[in-house]
Amino acid sequence: MANKQVLSPVPGTFYRKPAPDQPPYKEEGDQVAAGEAIGLVEVMKSFHEIKTDFSGTVAKFLVDNEDPVMAGQPLVEIDG
Amino acid sequence: MAIKVNSPGLATSVQDLGRPGYYHLGIPISGGMDRFALRAANMLVGNDEGAAVLEAVFLGPELEFTQDAMVAVTGADLPPKVDGDPRATWTSFAIRAGQVLSFEYLKGGARAYIAVSGGIDVPLALGSRSTYTLGALGGFEGRNLLAGDELPVGAAPAAAEGRVVPAELRRMPGSPAELRAMPGLYWHRITEASRRGFFEDTWKVALEADRIGYRFQNGHPLEFVDREPPFGAGSDPSNIVDSCYPYGSIQVPGGTEPIVLHRDAVSGGGYFMIGTVISADMDLIGQLQPHTPTRFVSVDMAAALAARHDRRALLDKIRSALD
Repeated sequence: MANKQVLSPVPGTFYRKPAPDQPPYKEEGDQVAAGEAIGLVEVMKSFHEIKTDFSGTVAKFLVDNEDPVMAGQPLVEIDG
Repeated sequence: MAIKVNSPGLATSVQDLGRPGYYHLGIPISGGMDRFALRAANMLVGNDEGAAVLEAVFLGPELEFTQDAMVAVTGADLPPKVDGDPRATWTSFAIRAGQVLSFEYLKGGARAYIAVSGGIDVPLALGSRSTYTLGALGGFEGRNLLAGDELPVGAAPAAAEGRVVPAELRRMPGSPAELRAMPGLYWHRITEASRRGFFEDTWKVALEADRIGYRFQNGHPLEFVDREPPFGAGSDPSNIVDSCYPYGSIQVPGGTEPIVLHRDAVSGGGYFMIGTVISADMDLIGQLQPHTPTRFVSVDMAAALAARHDRRALLDKIRSALD
């Protein structure tokens, strides 16, 4: 059981929720399917949904809500 | 047809050196944000320095070539790959018909310039191939690239493979980034303490930073000198009677977050400008990622002109190095 990481494609600010008044996309321990969103990264006045390429269990978020992220930075570990 | 866009990246657009001459009519100068890197990319592949290239920001596109070409990627450290094999930046490399150009994650900087021998051959609009997306003018159908687009490439003899811009002739911002600026026409509107503070503070690039302008945060709010608003100016102390906005001008709406206007900026309005970033440093702004610490450094006209001269001399050195 190897943990796989979902990386941010762009630099910006990471958000766990699709909107401030909505629940987080995923919590640790949740199941995810390939193609499902795990968060948002905001840059240049737009929001980019971050989707996972693999399915499994969300093991750990590696960045907090509203943390700055770099391109290529791991956001979440998925136990597949 | 010569390049098929498999995936467009985040906001990839066709840009050349720009469209000067229409700013007074509200049409911005557009063109590459880092024109130093744009020129270097064209030199590497043997194009005219002002040929149209692709400007990719933060995330590279995936491009399938339908004809042989020489390619160079300069500016941001966005490592290119040909059919998955890594290639160096600031270096010309050959790509053959049927091969795919893609990119690794961004490692530094913000905007990569992808030059292709022959240049991106979109029609001229008001004398330029640059894309102005807000006005749907120029470039490829007046917009950023989309998957499925097919880009025309001009016919031209390519330069040799393996030409390199030596590392010491490349120009990228440091950390903190330093942007030299000349205090401007509205300098008298802020207090002595704010004049000092603006240049002493370390600012941070905000998320609202694009081809129109770059916003900076985390400095001290500016304090204004009291006044009666002149006829035609708004009531906020940062308002002025509407005026022209130069390229590089630093407006500070509400006195809180400075915005440096860049290639696709609006040409006038009613915010006071604390000063103007010198022309030689505008390239550097195009390479700033969000959250980058940034300082403004006060210079006078003599220093600004010397910096402009130095930037030209550096381009001359690249020309000599590649001859």
